[in-house]
Amino acid sequence: MNLDLRIPMGLMFLIVGGIMSVFGFFTRGSVIYERSVGMNINLIWGLVMLAFGLVMFLLGRASDKRAAAEPIEGTNRPLGGHGHGMGH
Amino acid sequence: MNLTFIDWLIMLLYFAFVLGIGFALKRFMRTSKDFFQAGRSLPAWICGLAFISANLGAQEVIGMGASGAKYGIATSHFYWIGAIPAMIFVGVFMMPFYYGSKARSVPEFLRLRFDEKTRAYNACSFAVMTVFSSGISMYAMARLIQTLHVFDSAFLKFNLPLGWIFHFAIIISALIVLGYIFLGGLTSAIYNEVLQFFLIVAGFLPLVWVGLKNVGGWSGLKAALPVAYTHSWRGMTNAHNNPLGVEWFGLSMGLGFVLSFGYWCTDFLVIQTAMATDSEESARRVPLIAAIPKMFFPFLVILPGLIAIATPAITQHAMLRSAPGLNTPAVPPAANDLSDPTKYSKGLIPAKVNPVTGKVMTDEHGKPLLDYDLAIPNMLLHYFPTGILGLGLTALLASFMSGMAGNVTAFNTVWTYDLYQSYIHKNASDTHYLKMGRWATVGGILLSMATAYAVTSFNNIMDTLQLVFSFVNAPLFATFLLGMFWKRTTGHAAFTGLVSGTVAAVIHHGLTLPADAHPGIHGGWIAVVHTYPSEMAQNFWTAIWAFSTNFILTVVISLMTKPRPESELVGLVYSLTPKPVEHHMAWYARPKVIAVGLIALLIALNLTFR
Repeated sequence: MNLDLRIPMGLMFLIVGGIMSVFGFFTRGSVIYERSVGMNINLIWGLVMLAFGLVMFLLGRASDKRAAAEPIEGTNRPLGGHGHGMGH
Repeated sequence: MNLTFIDWLIMLLYFAFVLGIGFALKRFMRTSKDFFQAGRSLPAWICGLAFISANLGAQEVIGMGASGAKYGIATSHFYWIGAIPAMIFVGVFMMPFYYGSKARSVPEFLRLRFDEKTRAYNACSFAVMTVFSSGISMYAMARLIQTLHVFDSAFLKFNLPLGWIFHFAIIISALIVLGYIFLGGLTSAIYNEVLQFFLIVAGFLPLVWVGLKNVGGWSGLKAALPVAYTHSWRGMTNAHNNPLGVEWFGLSMGLGFVLSFGYWCTDFLVIQTAMATDSEESARRVPLIAAIPKMFFPFLVILPGLIAIATPAITQHAMLRSAPGLNTPAVPPAANDLSDPTKYSKGLIPAKVNPVTGKVMTDEHGKPLLDYDLAIPNMLLHYFPTGILGLGLTALLASFMSGMAGNVTAFNTVWTYDLYQSYIHKNASDTHYLKMGRWATVGGILLSMATAYAVTSFNNIMDTLQLVFSFVNAPLFATFLLGMFWKRTTGHAAFTGLVSGTVAAVIHHGLTLPADAHPGIHGGWIAVVHTYPSEMAQNFWTAIWAFSTNFILTVVISLMTKPRPESELVGLVYSLTPKPVEHHMAWYARPKVIAVGLIALLIALNLTFR
């Protein structure tokens, strides 16, 4: 398959993490953080997600560039017997 | 619930990505193999995460949290005993036959190994179960959206009746799942399952973190809860001494062997993800990779249940109000004790309220019942401020969809290959089957919707369906075990054994009853000859009886019928198949080495939380 999942997944975490950290940054010290035991969980977790998204995105991009992957199929041992059951 | 713009934005972004992945994959769907088997080209780690995510449906996230709140850390047996050993077994021993036989589905493997009737029986029962399970997932999701009032403010804003929220939730989830599977087939389902996996981790990890911090860490949690809650093996020598009401033998044989191996080693819902990898080596690694996060999932989904009990409740939560616009008149004024649900809640777990009378529901001894299913949703509402609340809710919705999607792709494959191509329209072009797969997806979703509505109109249908599934699934593993590891097993024997195993499960259920239950849906509808301490014990023993009946009958009938020539069974039976070559792999990448490491980790976890 030619689409490396890490690219869209990385992008999604980058965007969501970005939104959460920006929102967290502008709501520092807000009363909404009484719920999360005083931690600015939006900022902290937003940054964690941002970092995860970035790593995924970069890994996906790197492997996309090396995309000379030859499609291998089958097994590493002889397939025995009959070949029925394959409809095409 | 008060969702703000930021929560909605996160939710919408997620759905945009889910559908976007479907669109991006559309152009790769050229043959039926691309659509149904992801072209057999995906990397092992992706399929490994999809392997556990396909199982992460409603039952998992909500159910395990509920069970954590009800029984404590003993719930982790469903992972450590009830999943990991089976996942190791399927990866090391069984995957070479599934992948190497070139079967395209589990029922097709049964045809290669046994005969047409065994396949037809398995394919039909499996197809029916997948659409029902997906429908139950859909129903549970719509109910949860309704209970949490997710869409209420949006509906009020646009002047829409609140009674439509249920229909809206059903339709929107159906459209999204349909959209991405129709476009990108199994690849799309697997990709989205992986996305959902990471989202669930991203949404629940901070929940556990904040929750634990609030109750004073693990030691604080231990201090706040009864001692049985934080020990998984205490009192397991006798069924009456532990909250699960099962003893170690029933637990390890019933759950750990029969039920767990029957599910993880034979259910095409999970096996399909392993069969989508690029090689047999990868396919064997899939369940082993999946076992690593699976082992730690109790900390993500069960622990919130424990924290919910230990959290001092200060605010009354949204869901204590019954959903407006539904068959729910306003709560009548306090007439007696039972009309004040807040009195009976435990931590964040509210008392169960009868939607008609507004009174707290009680068991036979007059003890109030708690609504444990709200453990996880209430945790989200209690600990998450706006922003991350959107993420947590999205994770919850994602878990429902991944359960639904796995069922739908399993259904479209089994329908198209095992039923349509085999019995309705043989020898059509590949394009025809690809088209059929797409329409089977539409059909599967429509049937799921019908199930979801059937569940709303008939009270008992969900319990009944789950009961029927358990009858059909319980004996399955004996058939696969004998088929793969005993070359003498014959098709007639497998078929008879399978059917008799199910009959044995039905009879056992009809003759036994859990303590405190009345004869009927819970058992004992023939006569009560034995009483189990809990429903769980009854389930486990039903499975043990079904398995043993199937096993014994299959062996006996095999010995009386004519075996197939050995030459036909190469690649399908262990003793007649060349062993997979492993010496070219690095030592740490060999399935057996990974398996030993996993077992060591498993033992360590059980000792830590004994």
